[in-house]
Amino acid sequence: MISASLIRDLQTLLPASAVLSVREDVAPYASDGLSAFQCQPGVVVLPDTETQVIAILRLCHAAGVPVIARGAGTGLSGGALPREDAVLLGLAKFNKILHLDPLARTMRVQPGVRNLAISEAAAPHGLYYAPDPSSQIACSIGGNVAENSGGVHCLKYGLTVNNVMRVRAVTIDGEVLELGGEALDSPGYDLLALMHGSEGMLAVITEVTVKLLAKPERAQVVLAAFDRIETAGAAVSAIIAGGILPAGLEMMDKPAIEAAEAFVHAGYPLDAAAILLVEVDGTNEEVSDDVLRVHDILAVSGATEFRTASNEAERLKFWAGRKNAFPAVGRLSPDYYCMDGTIPRRALPTVLHGIALLSAQYGLRVANVFHAGDGNLHPLILYDANTPGELEKTEAFGAKILELCVAHGGTITGEHGVGVEKIDQMCVQFRPLELQAFHAVKAAFDPQGLLNPGKAVPTLHRCAELGAMHVHGGQLPHPELPRF
Amino acid sequence: MQAIIDQVHAAIAAQTPLQIRAGGSKDWYGNAPTGQLLDLSAHSGIVEYEPVELVLTAKAGTPLAEIEAVLAANGQMLSFEPPHYGAHATLGGTLACGFAGPRRAFAGSARDALLGVQLLDGRGDVLNFGGKVIKNVAGYDVSRLMAGAMGTLGVILQASFKVLPRPAQEVTLQFELDQDNAILRMNQLAGLPLPISAAAWVGGVMMLRLEGSGPGIHAAQVKLGGEVNPHGAAFWLAAREQTAALFGGDMPLWRLSVPATTPPIDLPGKQAVTWGGAQRWLKSDVPAGHIRSAAAEAGGHATLFRAADKSAGVFQPLPKAMLALHQRLKQQFDPHGILNRGRLYAEF
Repeated sequence: MISASLIRDLQTLLPASAVLSVREDVAPYASDGLSAFQCQPGVVVLPDTETQVIAILRLCHAAGVPVIARGAGTGLSGGALPREDAVLLGLAKFNKILHLDPLARTMRVQPGVRNLAISEAAAPHGLYYAPDPSSQIACSIGGNVAENSGGVHCLKYGLTVNNVMRVRAVTIDGEVLELGGEALDSPGYDLLALMHGSEGMLAVITEVTVKLLAKPERAQVVLAAFDRIETAGAAVSAIIAGGILPAGLEMMDKPAIEAAEAFVHAGYPLDAAAILLVEVDGTNEEVSDDVLRVHDILAVSGATEFRTASNEAERLKFWAGRKNAFPAVGRLSPDYYCMDGTIPRRALPTVLHGIALLSAQYGLRVANVFHAGDGNLHPLILYDANTPGELEKTEAFGAKILELCVAHGGTITGEHGVGVEKIDQMCVQFRPLELQAFHAVKAAFDPQGLLNPGKAVPTLHRCAELGAMHVHGGQLPHPELPRF
Repeated sequence: MQAIIDQVHAAIAAQTPLQIRAGGSKDWYGNAPTGQLLDLSAHSGIVEYEPVELVLTAKAGTPLAEIEAVLAANGQMLSFEPPHYGAHATLGGTLACGFAGPRRAFAGSARDALLGVQLLDGRGDVLNFGGKVIKNVAGYDVSRLMAGAMGTLGVILQASFKVLPRPAQEVTLQFELDQDNAILRMNQLAGLPLPISAAAWVGGVMMLRLEGSGPGIHAAQVKLGGEVNPHGAAFWLAAREQTAALFGGDMPLWRLSVPATTPPIDLPGKQAVTWGGAQRWLKSDVPAGHIRSAAAEAGGHATLFRAADKSAGVFQPLPKAMLALHQRLKQQFDPHGILNRGRLYAEF
């Protein structure tokens, strides 16, 4: 619990309206985008200047009280899950675009600025910000940095870490750090990279400078259908081997196709086992050339059919199915749980087969959408939270999927972060030595462990306990399941 | 590999500093190496490479030339186009220095391509960070922290990085322009959807490299005008490897990393502009303090890249809080302070 005296001290630092401690005021902050995890925050503070952020952090540092930073609250791994004994530091009021420099192709913004608002502000200059997580209407750039967010264009345009030039951040003891800069590199260690994906555990971001790119002259998308997942996977490889670097390369399996088609009528073939969306962008001439090459490859790749969007409206329709895949799947089931593993592309058929077996074992349906360009797999597990035990079963199933990804040379999270959700799978992906190194990095910034404690990196003790659980009674849980 | 690990353990026991070295092509870079040689040159070879994954994993001592030859045979390349600075340049040294070539402003640096490392830390432990996939946010990004760390946080044993398809064609265009106008023009062009992969200015001429499909390049050429330089590939190679005339002579060579739109740096000495305006090379014997102030005023920093006398320190000094943070990270990864001591900053 947060003491009344700390709340009083916070009230001296901030206007009364910026300190929320009554239950109904703090309730909206009880979870982020992963609503399966909930906790009432001890107190919520909503500063709007860096000076206030510094004062809050200094106060909490002196009092030994944990601080959890929160952006737009759209995260999918519980990275901004509050604690009763912690101050929730909301950065939503930091919503100003500070400076747009069209010639230098940079924009300096406050962390609460929405991802899409950046591209919208840049659009009159023919520029845009490349990373486009599906939540881009709502998610904020500070959160994007904290999670190193991706999107559907990462193979060609990179993740957040490849598109941010500078971060200004405040450490728990109130020290302001300038990381990176308007130049392409900075002296010393690459702490700018380290800040990306650090899930609010190293410092609180107060300003971000992003890199803007020239908006491609044209984008074109080809839709291809396959009667087998394996054939679709081979076509992905053939496109890459053909020297094409697609702007987007997305795959959906049959359940995802059916859900999307029923929802938005994108024109997807319902008899296909998998479809691919291949988007190429660039100058008009480059796109024409690339589309012809994609056609040539698909013609010999065993695609049962392929179509190129004949105009912009049709291109957007092809994409609408993919972009609405999550809500479309949501219509099939009271609840769904979105997983986020990454695998080497070649492992896709094997991993999808493994997921199908697990699906049968757990008795839970799955629809798969796959960022085939960068290997990021989003299995959507369908469940009903009102059925007792089904959420727990879903979580166990999801954990198995992530372990399957690790077993095939992949990772437990491609873009959603670890948060609280995947903290146990960190014990599967990393050994105690690496986890110790992560704790050491944390200690260099925050020796008392006050920023977002308990997230992203498990304690060795926690992993040891899980390890003990895994072999309890000489038997793994679910001994009936095959291990990949 | 065991011999390397054993040597680190022995060095810890004896409290002997180690200098990490493989091909030795970059001994001249950074502050002077000190300590007993930790030779990585035998720790060599490509570990894993499947062209369709667009990822290559190699041991640190693998020659860059070997990696580039294998990639070229499969129609691929290192996106960051690293300079070699010698026939024996290796992957590990290139990553540790964080070097990148002409494509830097358009396709990212070594750290952008880096996906994972195997690291031998200053405790003698072998650690694995990142991975072999493009999207990966599990744990802190310790891999990228190693790019440019000059071996002070650990010995890079092995690295995985993203590779790209090699463009079908390239053409270099040249335009007679003074430095002011060349910098302005490079920045204007970078904001347009054109297949530019390098932009430089030297001796009154702006050079632009176009890369991509034949029709795409042709269309861009029509828009841009200028004159085709028939020796374009040689120009970019000489700029990358610093074999061009500008880089010769005894005067110190400074590298100024500044915002791309920075006007010409007002300092005496010969200058060249690369990275679309973001990197300035300066041959000058002006005192270090002047050069560092000029770079800092522009919003960047200056590195004493090549010089006989490095007593002024190679890298731009860090603000106090940043230096303290660097020292704490160093303490965590190399508590005995044995790895490449002083190579980055004298304080550690």
